[in-house]
Amino acid sequence: MTYSIVTEGLVKRFGETLALDGIDLAVRTGSVFGLLGPNGAGKTTAVRILATLLRPDGGHAAVCGHDVVSHAHQVRQLTGLTGQYASVDETLTGLENLMLIGRLTGQSRSAARDRARELLASFRLDDAGDRAVKTYSGGMRRRLDLAASLVNRPRVLYLDEPTTGLDPRSRNEMWDVVRGLTADGVTVLLTTQYLEEADQLADQIAVIDHGTVIATGTPGELKARTGALTLAVRPARAADVPAVVAAAASFAHADPEVRSTTVTVPVSGEDVMPAVVRRLEDQGVPVAELSLRGSSLDEVFLTLTGHRTEEPEGSAA
Amino acid sequence: MTSATEITITDSTVPDYPGDAGVLGTLSTRVGPVEGLRQTFSLAWRTLVQIRHNPVELIDFSVQPVMFLLLFTYVFGGAIGGSPKAYLMFALPGIIVQNSLFTTMNTATGLATDLEKGFFDRLRSLPIARFAPLSGRMVADLAKQAWAIALLLGLGLALGFRVGTGPFGVLAAAGLVLVCTLAVSWALVLVSMLAANPEKVQIFGFVVLFPLTFTSDAFVPTASMPGWLQAWSKANPVSVISDAVRGLMVSGPAARPVVESLLWAAAFTAVFAPLAVRAFKRRA
Repeated sequence: MTYSIVTEGLVKRFGETLALDGIDLAVRTGSVFGLLGPNGAGKTTAVRILATLLRPDGGHAAVCGHDVVSHAHQVRQLTGLTGQYASVDETLTGLENLMLIGRLTGQSRSAARDRARELLASFRLDDAGDRAVKTYSGGMRRRLDLAASLVNRPRVLYLDEPTTGLDPRSRNEMWDVVRGLTADGVTVLLTTQYLEEADQLADQIAVIDHGTVIATGTPGELKARTGALTLAVRPARAADVPAVVAAAASFAHADPEVRSTTVTVPVSGEDVMPAVVRRLEDQGVPVAELSLRGSSLDEVFLTLTGHRTEEPEGSAA
Repeated sequence: MTSATEITITDSTVPDYPGDAGVLGTLSTRVGPVEGLRQTFSLAWRTLVQIRHNPVELIDFSVQPVMFLLLFTYVFGGAIGGSPKAYLMFALPGIIVQNSLFTTMNTATGLATDLEKGFFDRLRSLPIARFAPLSGRMVADLAKQAWAIALLLGLGLALGFRVGTGPFGVLAAAGLVLVCTLAVSWALVLVSMLAANPEKVQIFGFVVLFPLTFTSDAFVPTASMPGWLQAWSKANPVSVISDAVRGLMVSGPAARPVVESLLWAAAFTAVFAPLAVRAFKRRA
């Protein structure tokens, strides 16, 4: 087993804020690793350290065996970065953007042009290649940005929230592109606050919150560990919600959560369902909706952290 | 359910990464000076090719100087210098200096835009010389400066400006203006790194560069100014450089203002270049 990215006790402070509080990661060569967490969890900081854009205040990080601080130049030759915001020159054409990067990384003019054309074609931008990037749609920009990070044929690719702000169609297109990358043997470190995205793409996930890794595993393992199933109960009358919460709580290993009048709770086994039904029947609570399904990663996150992913920084318990 | 780590890292700092000697063996350990220079020119090319797609830039360093020259010569020229032609002899060197100073704003807004839009992060993630994004921008802007000087001089000659010295005087004047604007642009680089926002840079430019230029003898002789302003105007580096360019292109004493200009340039570079590079390194 080889690991393309290894970090140990990575620490980063911004003034008083502790952005990373000792992050340990190990990313298998050729895999997609998902760094999952809400805004402000430290995902981007971790990626910026691994891309040599920031220096860590503590700990170590190595890419393909090269330390990101002492051998930054080597690391830069092995990595590609696609940031949260499309970092291409808007006034240049798509072709010029890609050629510029090719030229900067030592390709001859004709090699840079060939590589640029090849990438434009594989990202379905060949028609737009000679147009200024400012005329591109959001999805096209992201694809060009990704193409730009591949000009130098990186072994390790960082995708920092590659689909944030994209419409569902562009997001699906992006997902297909990412799946294609690993087929070429590229190791991908993906950060996302979309649980579905990590579930769809990642072989291995690290859940990160307030600068620490709170859980790692495959998507399936994470679900299994935090209660494989989620029970959802919606009483017919809103007034019955407290009774449903009480009933649900007695069968679950976490506090039930109420959204509108639907009560959800992670449970361990299917036998919970009839027990809950019986309890509610005894209490005379009519139920409008009752379901038992596999937990989503959103629910996994709730169980792990005690707060939902969309909660802003600082409001967590 | 916290810190349930699936993978345990047993080895300390050196990760397990065997093989791939073929690829990893070809990694270079640092950027050579020739490569750094080539990267500088690639990035300068990028800045210049932007003009083709963004005609507004053409206005910045072509239309604006032409407009200044025409307005000053024909609107104020008669009132200040007796006749437009007489005024042109006095004002063209000053307008060249003024335009070059204002154009240093391009360097700053360009860098600030790259910082803001994330293009800098892209460049910094590449295996290129750390100074290349800065030097590329400065080289490109020097080329734009040279173009603007040639444009102003050409138009000035067409409107009746006469060179009193000779081609070497003109070349020396152009060279001096380039050296001085390069020195000033270090200060603008510092501003752009601290502000990291093109609008803020623009505000700084108007608050500092505008009054600085207009309280010099670039456009008008200082004789009619109040005493305190005359005193300031004499000390103003814009006056010093304008006088030097006049001396080199028209006639009159050149040695003293040229030396003083070069001293100003040296002082600006000595103060602002290290600060700018430090601020740049912090960002880059």
